[in-house]
Amino acid sequence: MILFYSFAVIAVVASLLVIAQRNPIYSVLLLIASFGALSGLYVLLDAPFVAVIQIIVYAGAIMVLFLFVVMLLNAPHEETEYDEHTQMLRRSGAMRFGGFLAVVLVMELVWALSKGGQTGRFAGASVSSVALIGRALFTDYAFQFEVTSVLILVAMVGAVVLARRTS
Amino acid sequence: MMPTLNDYLVLSAILFSIGTAGVFVRRNLITILLSIEIMLNAVNLTFVAFGRALGSADGQIIVFFVMTVAAAEAAVGLAIVISLFRHRESLNPDRFASLKW
Repeated sequence: MILFYSFAVIAVVASLLVIAQRNPIYSVLLLIASFGALSGLYVLLDAPFVAVIQIIVYAGAIMVLFLFVVMLLNAPHEETEYDEHTQMLRRSGAMRFGGFLAVVLVMELVWALSKGGQTGRFAGASVSSVALIGRALFTDYAFQFEVTSVLILVAMVGAVVLARRTS
Repeated sequence: MMPTLNDYLVLSAILFSIGTAGVFVRRNLITILLSIEIMLNAVNLTFVAFGRALGSADGQIIVFFVMTVAAAEAAVGLAIVISLFRHRESLNPDRFASLKW
């Protein structure tokens, strides 16, 4: 329980700071911290496979890709937020409305979750075996797995074509 | 005392709302993509928690697929951001209001 609360607090605080940061590099680094806390939560949920690919794929690969792009663009972090193309009045109104909508969303979700439902501890056995997941992935979900490889290929080609310098 | 399913769902709801707030409030394309990643992770946590509650491996398998789609989305999204930045020297989505230039 203490572990759950510490991981949960780390994840929530790091995610809030991701939103609050002005500099995108700090946002990316804080998001890596948030993903580490989520990986700890997956370990608590008896899902070591998901915890490991969370670290390797998300924190290791996707976030490094983000960091690479942020540094490649040498992103101007402060001035683009408040330039003349953003009308001050409309922007602050939209921001206030967006924040209000997010607060409404979290209140709705917590209210819906507090309306009873299963509140006891987890019943039944947990599936933590990586071999079982791999077998399901290559038998029951073999078609989806192959479609995923095509998706990755298309995304790779699309990224290369989009980011290419047209001379 | 062990954390219950509801605890995980509430945490996931909070994380999802933080991601939504980021998409609404921030005016920086990179931060908006990061907020989308936060939302995807909140949903992943829900899947794993429900899979644990049902005692089935399907939750973890769909998390694998969600991560694959997230990787593809990040690659294509960042490529679009790079090509937009080349055209406009800006990351503010308010400057990309026209469909053609």
